[in-house]
Amino acid sequence: MVVGGGPAGMAAALAARDAGVKDILLLERDQHLGGILNQCIHTGFGIYHFKELLSGPEYATRFIRQVNARRDIEVSLRSFVVRLTADKCLTFLRPGRMETVKTKVLIMATGCRERTREMIHIPGTRPAGIFSAGLAQKLINIEGLLPGKEVVIIGSGDIGLIMARRFTLEGARIKAIVEIQKTSRGLMRNVVQCVRDFDIPLYFNHKISHIYGKGRVEKVDAVKVDDLGREIPDSKFEIACDTILVSVGLIPENELIEMAGAKIDRATNAPVSSRLNTTSIPGIFACGNSYKVYDLADSVTRDAQECGRMAAQYLAEAS
Amino acid sequence: MKKELICVECPKGCSLDADIENGKVVSVSGNKCPRGEEYALSEIENPRRILTSSVLCEGLEVRMLPVRTDQPIPKAQLMDAMNAVKKIRVNRKVKAGDVIVPGFFGVNLISARDAGTL
Repeated sequence: MVVGGGPAGMAAALAARDAGVKDILLLERDQHLGGILNQCIHTGFGIYHFKELLSGPEYATRFIRQVNARRDIEVSLRSFVVRLTADKCLTFLRPGRMETVKTKVLIMATGCRERTREMIHIPGTRPAGIFSAGLAQKLINIEGLLPGKEVVIIGSGDIGLIMARRFTLEGARIKAIVEIQKTSRGLMRNVVQCVRDFDIPLYFNHKISHIYGKGRVEKVDAVKVDDLGREIPDSKFEIACDTILVSVGLIPENELIEMAGAKIDRATNAPVSSRLNTTSIPGIFACGNSYKVYDLADSVTRDAQECGRMAAQYLAEAS
Repeated sequence: MKKELICVECPKGCSLDADIENGKVVSVSGNKCPRGEEYALSEIENPRRILTSSVLCEGLEVRMLPVRTDQPIPKAQLMDAMNAVKKIRVNRKVKAGDVIVPGFFGVNLISARDAGTL
């Protein structure tokens, strides 16, 4: 059983199948396979795995076609896991019913979620117009909705940088990207092709110290900070905006294995494990961004394939 | 004249030094692979980017279809190309790689995923 039909889950399922596992069920909560790749419409995928430059949906499509071509991988879409026990009994909802399956080996490929405004403690009001960068990405690329026109981006993670370009191409204006550290958290190629290409102001050693607005975001205060994060007096300035994107990191999603009793590292929310892709429960494996947050989908594929082979070996030794 | 560049061809992001004479690149250093040299030449003489966007669908299983140019187009034309993208509607079943608009700013605009009809 594989939970999650993104790049990690698909690569793990395919590798387990190729290592001889005959009966694989792949659960995906969305109505399509592909996971987050479906909304990552920019290029930059596939350089290592396919030796060519692809967009996220193209990278996903190559795996979706392989999964659909394998008869012994059963895919269950719109399937949401609600319960997992230590003996690997898994309960999930799918349209019209709830099912419980006892599995011999379980691969968790549940991805990660975004850190939020609440986690970085910015004072101010709670108006509409504050989005995580990945949510804004989904609204634009999947739903066809533009969340705002005058945007400030907090943090310089890759998704934030990529969304700076995306908003600009859609006709919105990025007023500032504000990064508390002295360098970008994202890849240099994204600083070049998403920020400098469009002359977007990128402030390092700065933070947003206040958010203003009643119904909707109206403006923010930005302030310079020293290397210890302390505000520098008289450096504060205002930026008018109607939208704020938060791009300040990702957290592995591991509540299901935690429910089953697996040990979780409180600092990172990743499973505590002695070896890549394992958890503290024998027979429950984890791969992709739920095991650790990766920069590149290609690396996720590589490690998830290894996870699929490990799971196949565990199954062969257990039976 | 020397110009510093950062290569965008892969996640390594090599720092490049390009020697330029009369608007032409005469030598490139700092690149760890041949793509870096090509990038520096193109970036100085005719900067290009692949455009990725999404277009509105009618009667397909997705509301927005991800699309991209199959080759890079001149950077200066990105905004004009976006205005053209916004006018496109897709109402037939497509496969990843299918050409949506041929001859789009001198290249092809292609679909980035499979999408069936409802």
